[in-house]
Amino acid sequence: MNHEELDASLDSFGDALASATRVTPGNALRPEDIAVAGAKPSDEVAQYALHLGDDALILAQRLSHWISRAPEIEEDIALGNIALDVLGHARSFLTYAGLAWDKSEDDLAYWREEEDFTSLQIVEQPNGHFGVTIMRQLIISIYQHLLYSKLLESKDETIAAICAKAVKEVDYHRDHAAAWTIRLGQGTEESAEKMRHALEVLWPYTGEMFQDEELHRSLGEVAVLPSTLREAWEKEITDVLAEAGLQIPKTGMAMAHGRVGEHSEHLGFILAEMQVLARKHPGASW
Amino acid sequence: MAPTTPQEPGLSAVPSYEEQQSQSRFDALIGDDSRIEPRDWMPEPYRKTLTRQISQHAHSEIIGMQPEANWITRAPSLKRKSILMAKVQDEAGHGLYLYSAAETLGTERDELNDQLLTGRAKYSSIFNYTARNWADMGAIGWLVDGAAIANQVPLCRASYGPYGRAMVRVCKEESFHQRQGFEILLSLSRGTEKQKQMAQDAINRFYEPSLMMFGPPDDQSPNSAQSMAWKIKRFSNDELRQRFVGMIAEQVKVLGLTLPDENLHFDEEKKQWIHKDLNWDEFMNVIKGNGPANAQRLERRREAHREGAWVREAATAYAAKQEQSEVA
Repeated sequence: MNHEELDASLDSFGDALASATRVTPGNALRPEDIAVAGAKPSDEVAQYALHLGDDALILAQRLSHWISRAPEIEEDIALGNIALDVLGHARSFLTYAGLAWDKSEDDLAYWREEEDFTSLQIVEQPNGHFGVTIMRQLIISIYQHLLYSKLLESKDETIAAICAKAVKEVDYHRDHAAAWTIRLGQGTEESAEKMRHALEVLWPYTGEMFQDEELHRSLGEVAVLPSTLREAWEKEITDVLAEAGLQIPKTGMAMAHGRVGEHSEHLGFILAEMQVLARKHPGASW
Repeated sequence: MAPTTPQEPGLSAVPSYEEQQSQSRFDALIGDDSRIEPRDWMPEPYRKTLTRQISQHAHSEIIGMQPEANWITRAPSLKRKSILMAKVQDEAGHGLYLYSAAETLGTERDELNDQLLTGRAKYSSIFNYTARNWADMGAIGWLVDGAAIANQVPLCRASYGPYGRAMVRVCKEESFHQRQGFEILLSLSRGTEKQKQMAQDAINRFYEPSLMMFGPPDDQSPNSAQSMAWKIKRFSNDELRQRFVGMIAEQVKVLGLTLPDENLHFDEEKKQWIHKDLNWDEFMNVIKGNGPANAQRLERRREAHREGAWVREAATAYAAKQEQSEVA
């Protein structure tokens, strides 16, 4: 069977490229394009791309666990879609970062150790019940939406281009999380209680999201200083919480330093699961 | 022409004038290869058969998410992870269209879901086998989705409109699924010795169960004739199995791997593929609930349903409050 015959044989039943979901929507910038374009970032820019990529990767890993376990089939699809979008962002950021060090997205995802990851601890937090997952998503989507919107002006063209695609998607993630927060906050007494619980367990990890690092300062107009996002973020999330009948809890902030490789106890398990197969077969391609 | 529907015994054996008229209209539509639509009159056994078949198909999509979802978090590259996620999500989408198609026949999704959770409804037995290694993602795509497509393409012409139309979309997406499965196996077959073994092992385990997906041989398939008369089904189990086995026998050569069926060959005289005898005892045993993963698959579905109850209740309560405030 030659290549064309095989193609025809596999295609005999329909359209080979059809999928209900968008693996690579529109003319968006794909990881493959970034690898080919080959605009090599400086070490510092790569480190910044790694921050953004690690947040997205760990979040995608967490979210993907919901597929086939959600409260409704519609939510299997919605959470799956969000996970897929976020994984796409991770792939683009990691591919770009890797160009600085001659590494692929997979080298970075599968062959780094726990302390080499730079994700924020908020994305490492366990899924918990559906309310915890929604609250984590609300916290991070509002944040990413503000961050990516500002990064559209980044002096680094590739980062700006990745964000141009990502910002539209996180806008939808934010709507989805806000709608559920309001629905659950105002639903039943039980659901309101669960949302208050979600806020209490997650809130301590929001402080880390706004910590400025030396890297941010030295990157100047390439990056966004996290502290500058705080006010807008607080206003936006307070509005959603108010509509849901919820309040910001009176908890302190955890000492969290994921950006420098100090992670929650959860990350080790996340990586163990994510990396196990790849690491059993060093040098293999898939 | 003769009525396509067998008459029930008892009083209903004497149909009213209206019923006779409706039955002839229905028979004429079937005879013309036209479509029956939700508002058309249809005989009860036709409605029942379709509801059963479509909802079983929907359940299969939903349960079928599990063996693959099992590997999403461990997929060995980010690209594979992304494709697998898209695929499993497609399956949830197929479940949704099919439940919607079944609802047009008058049974609500909640009731259909309850039938699944309480074990009153069946789903495709193949999903009661476990996905033990990564290559199973390849074998499931290539063989299981491949067999599903062979079964489903003729269903695009099923006489019931909503079912046929849902199948058109489902088949397009399934074709993408089969390709991604084949591509996984192709990469493994060109990889390391261990990867190659993994691929062969997966094919060995899924070959026979995938051939059994077409159902028992024609002489042991009692409901097939009625479904063919109603033009729900267009080809017999054995015809479809033949077509499928012929395709994979060629495709496996491209992989440089083998099917676990040494004497598989095309008999020029009989004009048919001769494959090994399939283990129908095992098939029946899995249907009865004793497959490797029946208990696990159902429990996972029940668990998701149970743990999501508070979310659905809250959504309903919120919707009711919204409606009230709109009225006020």
